[in-house]
Amino acid sequence: MTQKMQITLTVNGTRHELLAEPRELLIHVLRERLNLTGPHIGCETSHCGACTVTMGGRSVKSCTVFAAQADGAEITTIEGLGTPDALHPLQEAFREHHGLQCGFCTPGMITRAAQLLKENPDPTEAEVRFGMAGNLCRCTGYQNIVKAVLAAAATINSAKEAAE
Amino acid sequence: MIPAAFAYHRPGDLPAALALLQQYGDEARVIAGGHSLIPMMKLRMAEVPHLIDLQAIESLRGIRIEGRQITLGAMVTQQDLIAHQGLGQSAPILREAAIQIADPQVRAMGTVGGNVANGDPGNDMPGLMQCLGAIFHVTGPEGPRTLPARGFYESAYMTARAESEILTAVSFEVPTGGQAYEKQKRKIGDYATAAAAVIVRREGTTCTAASIAMTNLSDVPVWSEAAGAALVGTPCDDAATRNAIAAMLADIDPAGDNRGPVEFKRHTAGIILARAIARAWSRA
Amino acid sequence: MNDLTPDRDERTAKLKGIGCARKRVEDARFTQGKGNYVDDLKLPGMLFGDFVRSPYAHARVTAIDTSAAMALDGVVAVLTAADLAPLGLHWMPTLAGDKQMVLADGKVLFQGQEVAFVVAHDRYVAADAVELVEVEYEELPVLTDPFKAMQSDVVLREDLTPGADGAHGPRRHPNHIFLWEAGDKAATEQVIASADVVAEEMIHYHRTHPCPLETCGCVASMDKVNGKLTVWGTFQAPHAVRTVASLISGIEEHNIRIISPDIGGGFGNKVGVYPGYVCSIVASIVTGAPVKWVEDRMENLMATAFARDYWMKGRISATRDGKITGLWCHVTADHGAFDACADPTKFPAGFFHICTGSYDIPVAYVGVDGVYTNKAPGGVAYRCSFRVTEAAYFIERMIEILAIELNMDAADLRRINFIRADQFPYPSALGWEYDSGDYHTAWDKALKAVDYAGLRAEQATRLAAFKRGETRKLIGIGLTHFTEIVGAGPVKNCDILGLGMFDSCEIRIHPTGSAIARLGTISQGQGHATTFAQILASEIGIPADKITIEEGDTDTAPYGLGTYGSRSTPVAGAATAMAGRKIRAKAQMIAAYLLEVHDDDVEFDIDRFAVKGAPERFKTMAEIAFAAYHQAIPGIEPGLEAVSYYDPPNMTYPFGAYICVMEIDVDTGETQIRQFYALDDCGTRINPMVIEGQVHGGLTEAYAIAMGQEIAYDEMGNMKTATLMDFFLPTAWETPHYTTDWTETPSPHHPIGAKGVGESPNVGGVPAFSNAVHDALRPFGLRHTHMPHDHWRIWKAAHELGLHG
Repeated sequence: MTQKMQITLTVNGTRHELLAEPRELLIHVLRERLNLTGPHIGCETSHCGACTVTMGGRSVKSCTVFAAQADGAEITTIEGLGTPDALHPLQEAFREHHGLQCGFCTPGMITRAAQLLKENPDPTEAEVRFGMAGNLCRCTGYQNIVKAVLAAAATINSAKEAAE
Repeated sequence: MIPAAFAYHRPGDLPAALALLQQYGDEARVIAGGHSLIPMMKLRMAEVPHLIDLQAIESLRGIRIEGRQITLGAMVTQQDLIAHQGLGQSAPILREAAIQIADPQVRAMGTVGGNVANGDPGNDMPGLMQCLGAIFHVTGPEGPRTLPARGFYESAYMTARAESEILTAVSFEVPTGGQAYEKQKRKIGDYATAAAAVIVRREGTTCTAASIAMTNLSDVPVWSEAAGAALVGTPCDDAATRNAIAAMLADIDPAGDNRGPVEFKRHTAGIILARAIARAWSRA
Repeated sequence: MNDLTPDRDERTAKLKGIGCARKRVEDARFTQGKGNYVDDLKLPGMLFGDFVRSPYAHARVTAIDTSAAMALDGVVAVLTAADLAPLGLHWMPTLAGDKQMVLADGKVLFQGQEVAFVVAHDRYVAADAVELVEVEYEELPVLTDPFKAMQSDVVLREDLTPGADGAHGPRRHPNHIFLWEAGDKAATEQVIASADVVAEEMIHYHRTHPCPLETCGCVASMDKVNGKLTVWGTFQAPHAVRTVASLISGIEEHNIRIISPDIGGGFGNKVGVYPGYVCSIVASIVTGAPVKWVEDRMENLMATAFARDYWMKGRISATRDGKITGLWCHVTADHGAFDACADPTKFPAGFFHICTGSYDIPVAYVGVDGVYTNKAPGGVAYRCSFRVTEAAYFIERMIEILAIELNMDAADLRRINFIRADQFPYPSALGWEYDSGDYHTAWDKALKAVDYAGLRAEQATRLAAFKRGETRKLIGIGLTHFTEIVGAGPVKNCDILGLGMFDSCEIRIHPTGSAIARLGTISQGQGHATTFAQILASEIGIPADKITIEEGDTDTAPYGLGTYGSRSTPVAGAATAMAGRKIRAKAQMIAAYLLEVHDDDVEFDIDRFAVKGAPERFKTMAEIAFAAYHQAIPGIEPGLEAVSYYDPPNMTYPFGAYICVMEIDVDTGETQIRQFYALDDCGTRINPMVIEGQVHGGLTEAYAIAMGQEIAYDEMGNMKTATLMDFFLPTAWETPHYTTDWTETPSPHHPIGAKGVGESPNVGGVPAFSNAVHDALRPFGLRHTHMPHDHWRIWKAAHELGLHG
């Protein structure tokens, strides 16, 4: 075991200072130290995207980021996207359009979709499929996930228009 | 999949990073986006007692287009590269290749420097940089030097960069002519079954210059000078393309793997090259 | 006197019962990251287990040195077979009547086999310690080909007595497991020998893996103070796990509590009992602390639960005008190192003998030889009822090949051989009784929906253009009409290790008219909490939104055999309806008492009992529930509860018609699914939204299997596809768009007529995709080429047909 180091993470708006081995994977830090068990571990080789979080304004696979690399970063997980009383439009849309079954890929899927809609607020179906291609789902066949993301985009955009 | 323990270093500038490399020698590796290195460490196929993270080194960032010269800092990510407007106009082949690398999350972390430096024959940027005739900038204890991409790759994971050096940037001239990056892969996220980078220049109906590089068809990227030469002076018609393919096939040496046997890869390489030539020519 | 508003339609709608596209109640927690999967569980003092695994496919283990690992700070224990042997736990029984090493006992038989189990204070230390366990191996010759294994002098299973019978009868070679047969061999061979036309082919359904996104894992916690063992885990059959755990550990069953929390997909991967579970339990007993074990993806793909790997030699005969006269099949089944198939015990080849499919075939024979090789054990039903997808693939390929022999259109050939609607219940030549079906109606609807004639015309035009050199892409039209057999099953012939395959539901109505129901099954994404509440809502008149469904805790749920083989709706769904009817029967007596009429003078009406002929005189179910608890009713016990253990009289036989239109690039082997039409008939449709979701998912798994997904080994027994780089799981980008459709032919024996649907799309999808590939190349003489149809294999088929000049 090597020396632990002090790292600082701002997760869902809360600043955490903790001692970690440099090799600890960000996904383990989030799940086991911060008890944010929304992001999951599915493949561990950066293929499945179940561990997706937003770090520094980008979607990343937290199974392939060392805690040490994340030191100083701002991170958003599924737990930071909405609250039970004020769900994120994507959370609503996934339920409305049956975009999930076992739920294991869902937190990573929604977290990625949220970032995708920031990068591209009005995507086509093909752009959603391409933009979500880093997240694997074994249950839904993606069709309803795509539908949900497109529906959420419409909801977000009309809310924006209404506000303007 | 749990990596072995290591000590972590995050130098703030290049001299500090080089000093760490010097200090720890064989025990140290630099990490950029980490999406090649971290999986290897998790599988315990790479042992790295000292990990030197380059993320805080500001001088390794940035995309600069100065006159005819384009310079990409080693820490430019694929995502940065795809999003960059000027680059999309000056060298569209970069974006065309980069969006075919891995997936959005991996492109958010994966860097140009990491992709060209680690010597993985599956990576797309090395072949592309050979096609562009890019220069790799490395800095070591003796100072900076430049290495041409076309002479950089020695064998799988072995390059002309010394262990004590850090790849800091990639530069190349704004390419002129039609460009195309064609890649066959099994699915999103996969390395190429076969990929071709092609740039052709055209005057009237005649090709005046051509550069062709192939990816994942040997243990190193293959810039096929003869394949390019086969197009020059021709109207890039079927006969010329056939000659270019024949020349390219003489230069590649694919290995059989889960993507298919050698025979298939050689055939596919020809098809992919033909498509890339046709597309590049249509844009020339 | 009561107000009769709202009207009956409104009252029905309010229930959200059968037929309603009800939104899922599970989704609130999953979309907010508040699911509770096994790796989310954290207990005080919890230790972590990790395996040392064999790098070799066949080797003697001559020495294991654990001292360096034990010396590592944070390591608590390192278990080897020698530690488990005194407890009799170094081997464990498999579901198929064989036994399997928990930890290597003298030798290893497949790459990735469990050799030692390290227990440490955290998972990082455990992983470090795994590296420090030194194992000496002496390599042995490796057998990866089941045909060669049956000829070889190399004996894989030295623990078995030579010449002695196995669990399923005589073994004719040391590497032979069983021969299982059905049908009339002599009569079939006679019919085929004298037939007008015979098509013969060897069809391989390659080895693959269910690969749910969550891998297998558990947390075992032995409470030494109270003598209670609790195990949370990825179990598709928690009650069966409890019984088996009790039988092999000697712990009384009442002292074992098995909990399946949320499960991140199963698809058959989580039916079996794995060494990780046994080692975690032992480690918890030894250390007195909770022990977590969660496999990583490579371990999952290398060691737990492969599926398929059937080599199916077939002959099908017909008259010149296309009437099928007989079907013969011999399977060489590669079971790997231990026979750990998850099949009902009397059926070592599962329900493979459903392989006469949707066709009226007068005589048939099936023989299946199970064989040991140096590959991982398993043989699970990956999103299918037991070996049903192999059977459907076999018959749907044989039909296509027969169509070639007959020079007929394969759609016509199917049509003239379908079992007719008036033939149900239909006794098949291989011994099944199909419950219901209307194949002609489904088939005609499907062909019309895709404009089959138009597609064939377009295909012909494209072919002509191809031959003129104008295109390098061909069109393939993949047809499938499949018949499944699901819902195991009648206890008289279906059991697993002697545990009868009934299922159960227990309902408790609360005084204010809401309810909880518990079942013996366990959802892994199917949405049981949503759909079973809908069945109950329709049966007992309480809105689905007021019914909680619970599964997966053996201390609270009634005993049942779990969820796999599409058995939840056919069996537990039936139990739910039957338990609901018991509630209703008691409610009827209470209503009659409250309305002061005779029991026979009230009738159930959506959400109430009303006096016959006087609908304004009624008691709602909520009123009845309150009275059941709080009013003294002569002759009736207080309370409103019921339990049903349902033993189905037969299986159910869902069916469907699928059509896939595919473009194939003959030069690169790349494919593009242009259209996929899926018509499913799963009997009564409980929740159309959930059904459609199941169909999308199953088709995507079928697409993966047909087009690239495989577990492959080299000749040294090294696994070549152990990560998601090489094991094909399609992304949203590759996955096609699907059009779903249905007919509805209820099961006559199921209380609500439902048949089960989750696996149909995988069973029917694989042949539809595969047939499309074959159909594209049929004009050039292709009869059959093995799956998976990844780029290079399609290219190879085209190459061998001379399409590359």
